[in-house]
Amino acid sequence: MIDREQVLHVARLARLRLSDEETEQMSRELSTVLDHIEKISELELENVEPTSHVIEVENVLRKDEPRESWPRERILEGAPDTARDGFRVPTPGQ
Amino acid sequence: MSGVQEAIGWSATEAVERLRAGEASPAEVFEAYRARVEKLDPDFGSFLWVAPSAPPGPAPDSPLGGIPVAVKDIFCTDGVPTTAASRILEGYVPPYTATAVRRLEQSGAVVLGKTNMDEFAMGSSNENSGYRPVRNPWDRERVPGGSSGGSAAAVAAGLAPWAIGTDTGGSIRQPASLCGIVGLKPTYGAVSRYGMIAFASSLDQCGPLTRNVTDAALLFRHLVGRDPCDSTSLEFPNAVSLPEREDLKGLRFGVPAELSSEAEGIEPGVAEVFDRTLGLIEELGGAVEETKLPHAPHGIAAYYVLAPAEASANLARYDGVRYGLRAGNGDLLELYETTRARGFGAEVKRRIMLGTFALSAGYYEAYYGRAQRVRTKIAEDFRIAFEQFDFLVTPTSPSVAFRLGERTADPLSMYMSDYCTVPMPLAGIPAISIPAGLANPVDGGGPGNGLPVGFQIAGPAFSENEMLDAAYALERRIGFAAKPEGLDG
Repeated sequence: MIDREQVLHVARLARLRLSDEETEQMSRELSTVLDHIEKISELELENVEPTSHVIEVENVLRKDEPRESWPRERILEGAPDTARDGFRVPTPGQ
Repeated sequence: MSGVQEAIGWSATEAVERLRAGEASPAEVFEAYRARVEKLDPDFGSFLWVAPSAPPGPAPDSPLGGIPVAVKDIFCTDGVPTTAASRILEGYVPPYTATAVRRLEQSGAVVLGKTNMDEFAMGSSNENSGYRPVRNPWDRERVPGGSSGGSAAAVAAGLAPWAIGTDTGGSIRQPASLCGIVGLKPTYGAVSRYGMIAFASSLDQCGPLTRNVTDAALLFRHLVGRDPCDSTSLEFPNAVSLPEREDLKGLRFGVPAELSSEAEGIEPGVAEVFDRTLGLIEELGGAVEETKLPHAPHGIAAYYVLAPAEASANLARYDGVRYGLRAGNGDLLELYETTRARGFGAEVKRRIMLGTFALSAGYYEAYYGRAQRVRTKIAEDFRIAFEQFDFLVTPTSPSVAFRLGERTADPLSMYMSDYCTVPMPLAGIPAISIPAGLANPVDGGGPGNGLPVGFQIAGPAFSENEMLDAAYALERRIGFAAKPEGLDG
């Protein structure tokens, strides 16, 4: 159903590194789950609208008023690494 | 201080009244629970953090009277560690408090502790906690259900008067069922999601786990309301009242065949308690009739596309940059991948993979698009059924509490635990689980008298008042008085 190559492709999209063992297991387990999910392909859904939000709410607007933001120090407290009042990250690489 | 030990036995509503009458102080009640958690919780693992002492000044004359509440660790709490039971958030201390928790505090509740859960609320057994599994107070070799397993076990073991949890596909109702307590999943939008760590945003909803229906109504009353910080939240259309109905005369209860027959994997013991409860509804004057929800059996399939798809986007934020774990020593991509590989547990990785796959080029319409259309059909089934019935009733869980480890090797069998609870959040409607009796597990183990069985009542959007009223009448008629053994210490 979903082979090793596909698993590795999806893992790259999801920014997840999987060990060889995890890759094998994922391929097996996802195939089982996808087999079950496949059952919805038997349903006649041609003229059915998709639902993304189930309780109808439309155009929730608010006034665009400036308000105070979180204190910078408080937010940076939780960061693994900071520099010059910001989050520090390594080079994005090539 | 015998009076204070006695406080453990009071329901939350009763405790509010007794504190108001001056029978004990909020600080004494808090300390009684805190000491009990310290003594008994090592056996259960239901808390990830416990408040060291009662916060100063909760007022006995406030609506919630200074009564402690256990809070699922998915809710951000200012200055208090919040992890969603994930190693990727180990040590994270949020700078703000979730609206749901803040509302309870403003009404006079105090946070007793943060409860254990399946990592990021993904699971039905609490075995996916990144820290430790929770044990079921009725049988310590069994799971409490999930994902709000810590909240449910804490309430069932009398380690907290009541608790809040979240329900995406059954995460309040299923553990409530397996632990013999009451669990309410409100209408989508009734309670603000602000500060509630996101799993599947179009489904996630906060609600109470309590010892009885009246407590659920009282806690729910102080959770509801529109919040400018959550634009999907809505004003509850009327005041939440405490239930008082004594009969079910004039009410029509539909029994969806697809969610209640043994052919659908409902255990015989569960089916027996369910059928007996239908009899009690009739004795109370309610009409019971079979009905159909033709698309409900596809709920699990649709849910396991939609929820992982939303989760894969929501969990993209855990990248080792702004908070939580950081691992790796190469470039930025290596940092992302190493952080996420180390920080997430197996089930969370599985769901991120499933969701990313379902949203990826070439598969989007076949999976995500179709699942959204199935969702429309499921909501439509409910709408049609509610033209004829006031409520729909099902067993909450196809089985009683299962053994630790029993379903961990087979994700699909774990997913099927939510077979009866998944259709309601897909339709955005409220549902409550109340304990209806005891049944022996099919594996023949468990305590002699059996394990709790939950009875689920679902109603149309914003029918919580009527639903709580009906649940209250039924609760009194059922008279569920069994308690887990060996917890008097």
